[in-house]
Amino acid sequence: MPIDRTQVEHIAALARISLSDDEIAVFTRQLSQILAQFDVLQTLDTAGVTPTAHVADLDSVMRADQTDDCLPAEDTLRNAPRRRGDFFQVRAVLDE
Amino acid sequence: MSEPQHPGELWQLSVAAASDLLARRAISSAELTDAYLERIAAVDGRLSAYITVTADAAREQAAAADRRIAAGNAAPLTGIPMQIKDLLSTAGVRTTCASAMLADYTPVYDATAVARLRAQDAVLLGKGNLDEFGMGSSTENSAFFPTRNPWDTARVPGGSSGGSAAAVAGGLAAFALGTDTGGSIRQPASFCGITGLKPTYGRVSRYGLVAYASSLDQIGPLARDAADCALILQAIAGHDPRDATSLPAAVPDYAAGLAATLDGEIAGLRLGVPAEYFADGMDAGVRSVVTAAIDQLAAMGADIREVSLPSTEYALACYYIIAPSECSANLARYDGVKYGYSHQGDGDMWAAMERTRQHGFGPEVKRRIMLGAFALSSGYYDAYYHKAQQVRTLIRQDFDRVFANVDALVAPVSPIVAFPLGERADDPIRMYLVDIYTLPVNIAGLPAISIPAGFTPADADTDTNTPLPVGLQLIGPRLSEPTLLQIAQAYQQTTPWHQQRPPIR
Repeated sequence: MPIDRTQVEHIAALARISLSDDEIAVFTRQLSQILAQFDVLQTLDTAGVTPTAHVADLDSVMRADQTDDCLPAEDTLRNAPRRRGDFFQVRAVLDE
Repeated sequence: MSEPQHPGELWQLSVAAASDLLARRAISSAELTDAYLERIAAVDGRLSAYITVTADAAREQAAAADRRIAAGNAAPLTGIPMQIKDLLSTAGVRTTCASAMLADYTPVYDATAVARLRAQDAVLLGKGNLDEFGMGSSTENSAFFPTRNPWDTARVPGGSSGGSAAAVAGGLAAFALGTDTGGSIRQPASFCGITGLKPTYGRVSRYGLVAYASSLDQIGPLARDAADCALILQAIAGHDPRDATSLPAAVPDYAAGLAATLDGEIAGLRLGVPAEYFADGMDAGVRSVVTAAIDQLAAMGADIREVSLPSTEYALACYYIIAPSECSANLARYDGVKYGYSHQGDGDMWAAMERTRQHGFGPEVKRRIMLGAFALSSGYYDAYYHKAQQVRTLIRQDFDRVFANVDALVAPVSPIVAFPLGERADDPIRMYLVDIYTLPVNIAGLPAISIPAGFTPADADTDTNTPLPVGLQLIGPRLSEPTLLQIAQAYQQTTPWHQQRPPIR
């Protein structure tokens, strides 16, 4: 199934990635080629087949509700691009 | 450094041999570590297997290991110099994932697998190059530089654990830890002529492994032979409360299992040969090497049976929907706020985030994020993601069916040998096809090992004539690592392929 430039721009917006015009052109072509490879799945009848999300064969892993040591704030913030005090600094989320 | 008291170079020793010499005090970890650091200094300019070399810390760790050995409480990997793929968190050591996004990121904690190796006082030489975030099959997708194959430096080492495979093959580490989401341990092991084990999903904790596709990712060893892989798996396997998907099953004594079958006895083991893994498109050289290896296993007494895994033809599409979908969710965390690259130009929060991701991610990572975002998006979810999950069930059932009748499967690792740099870099689909025989194993969560099985001449249309290694893949049911290691060791006791070393000096 081919996808067009408008769809690529829509996907990029969903993924929060800016793309240059060149990137949009390349991804439109390449993603269409890759999606064409997926058409083979539509030839397979999977009616009634249970989907598999995970293969660990573990259900509802439980543990005791106990606290444990966690990283100190200083370590947690060590790689922060911008910080203010003991907080990660972010740009305004809401319009002023 | 004093002259070694044994034949050969220290950096050529297997883990088991080095461990034995260390225990007998015939060599020191300081000597061994220096030998590897000198080898890295001499050779890595041509291989680029390392992103980061931690020479000073390695010497300190070697000294600590020597003290532990002297105190008489050494573990099997005490003092053994190793490389860790730069996708695994190492406290205090930059962990880049070969991405511009994390070029300056230094974790504040160790991955559990790394911590378990440190607990044995293994020596960290440095961090191995890879395809960015583990996404690729050639290590050309590294944001820093491509790694080169020690057998022919014009060729790729495979990927994504290409830096790890090149390091072990080239004698730049005694062993390495890699990760395997669709073949990223086994395929570079095959391309570089070493042994690589992808354990059962959940056998090794993924805590501290930077996530790519969480239902497929698994950590495992790259080493010179099966016996070394057993020692390393022993160290890293086991339940971890920090990874809810790690398996609670008891960890067997892998080395003892091998010792019990030291005579290489595999007579009577039933080995299945899946017809679908010998399809058109396979290099003639790979086909002849793998066929000869199967004949060898038959000569050793294995009961070879042809089997069928009919859903194999759907595995590529299944994988390239599921892995990118999980990737698009996992890599949403790179927003330029908590760690990593952060775009500092004008604009609001969303603009900064979108520019951070534009400049921080390379082309293949963007491609997979977009592919995943599409497969999960409204209107396409059922046709792609849900369908792929159903196909995952069928692929798994195929394996369950054949493992009712055979103990393990024998197959090629990849349809091709190491290819020239640049040959597939601009064609994603051709690159994806390199992993067509390794992807189904991750989809089903099974263990598999890649072992050297021989050499094929380079392509006639290239000007090099270096023989290139070909790997044999052994695939088993869940938690069958002891059986896979036993078959691999038996094969290695009767064949010379794993002892071949690339000519790079």
